[in-house]
Amino acid sequence: VHIPDGFVSAAVAIGGAAVAVAGLGVCVRHARLDVTERQLPLAGLSAAFFLVLEAPLIPVAVGSSGHLLGGTLAVALLGPWLGPVVITVVTVVQALFAGDGGLSTLGVNVVNLALVPAAVGYPVLLGIRRVLPRGYTGTSVAAGVAAAVSVLTAAALFTAEYALGGAAGVPLHTVAISTIGVYALVAGLEAVVTALVVRGLLALRGDLVHVVP
Amino acid sequence: MSSTHQSLLVPADTPVHRLAPQCKVAATLLFVLTAASTPAGAYWPFLWYLLLLAAVAALARLPPLTMARRLLVEVPFVLFVLALPVLGGPPHLKVFGVALSWPGLHAAATIVLKATFGLLATGILAATTPLPEIITGLERLRVPRVFTAVAGFMVRYTEVLAAELSRMRTAAECRGGNPRWFWQVRDVTAGLGALVVRSLERGERVYLAMASRGYTGAMPAALTAAPASRLAWAGALAVPALAAIGTALAAIGMALA
Repeated sequence: VHIPDGFVSAAVAIGGAAVAVAGLGVCVRHARLDVTERQLPLAGLSAAFFLVLEAPLIPVAVGSSGHLLGGTLAVALLGPWLGPVVITVVTVVQALFAGDGGLSTLGVNVVNLALVPAAVGYPVLLGIRRVLPRGYTGTSVAAGVAAAVSVLTAAALFTAEYALGGAAGVPLHTVAISTIGVYALVAGLEAVVTALVVRGLLALRGDLVHVVP
Repeated sequence: MSSTHQSLLVPADTPVHRLAPQCKVAATLLFVLTAASTPAGAYWPFLWYLLLLAAVAALARLPPLTMARRLLVEVPFVLFVLALPVLGGPPHLKVFGVALSWPGLHAAATIVLKATFGLLATGILAATTPLPEIITGLERLRVPRVFTAVAGFMVRYTEVLAAELSRMRTAAECRGGNPRWFWQVRDVTAGLGALVVRSLERGERVYLAMASRGYTGAMPAALTAAPASRLAWAGALAVPALAAIGTALAAIGMALA
């Protein structure tokens, strides 16, 4: 859901930037207390991994490139405050050095990719984990479902942003159908990858996962 | 630091290279935002932006071919614009019997141009400024410490990751491992898992070594350049300011038309 420059109107871009700054401000205030010796290397390494692995995998018919987003994985590993910070750093670097997503639409992209997993994915993760039996499997399934929910929420939000101020000259229903259709597929993939990575890390180095089973 | 970034850097000793990083970062951001806010349907400002960037690139003695090659990275991200003229709304034009949407064509051209100028501007920044200095520049611009710390570790660990990957690949090839078929997918996934854990543990050792030498979340001030002079700021900000004049003129022109 990396939106390029000129895809949405200036009003939407500015609104997105305002929401992103406010949300990240909250994250930074809480993350400062949270950043311990353990978390900084993990945060940096996850950022490096997301940067390397986030090559565009699935072309979206209308809109932007689709690939694994990793937001929910970051939140599951680093918590709801540091996770968005890591995804934001990756998004900024992608916009600056890879041309993936525009600089003027950075705020909108940060809201969709970094804040949605923390605000929607994390509560979903905690809620589902409470229902499922305790253990590695329950936690990783909860993380997978939360990942799918956050991807679909981001796709819906993207469509809403386009409805508010789309500037690409494509009718809204075309954007809505193609975005939500493709991201349903991405959501499935994202769920599997997130669940597998969380499961693997819990078994190998459980101390690195923020969400304890 | 990072090998991918090192290839972007074009070392030289020019005023652009010597300029304080915070000035360059601020000027680049403002320039890209200016280019992105060019009103839809106005195309001549892009020529003006190109002229400005060419002047800066010439001052920094950057080879034009290197800058042009950089644009290749945007190809996968802007491919989707090919769909815009086909799927866009009316009015339509007939080109060789194919109906192309006029607003879709405009949107596609605008998106490609804006992405291109974003890449050219950040390309000049990356070609004249080593990545650690860019992070110092962001720190000087009062970006919260947690962002610059994470970004710094990301840069450092991209290198750790690449080194660990090549080490593991060498080891796998020594054992005759060469997964290339789908049923060997376990080799790849198990390798990826091992890569995560191994580079993480190496990363933790790197961090402990840094912490034991007194790292507290920022690089020592002695390593980073002195605060920028007014002249440096004025010189750097002249580029986005000149670009903004073009954008403003275009906006006025569109409003009057």
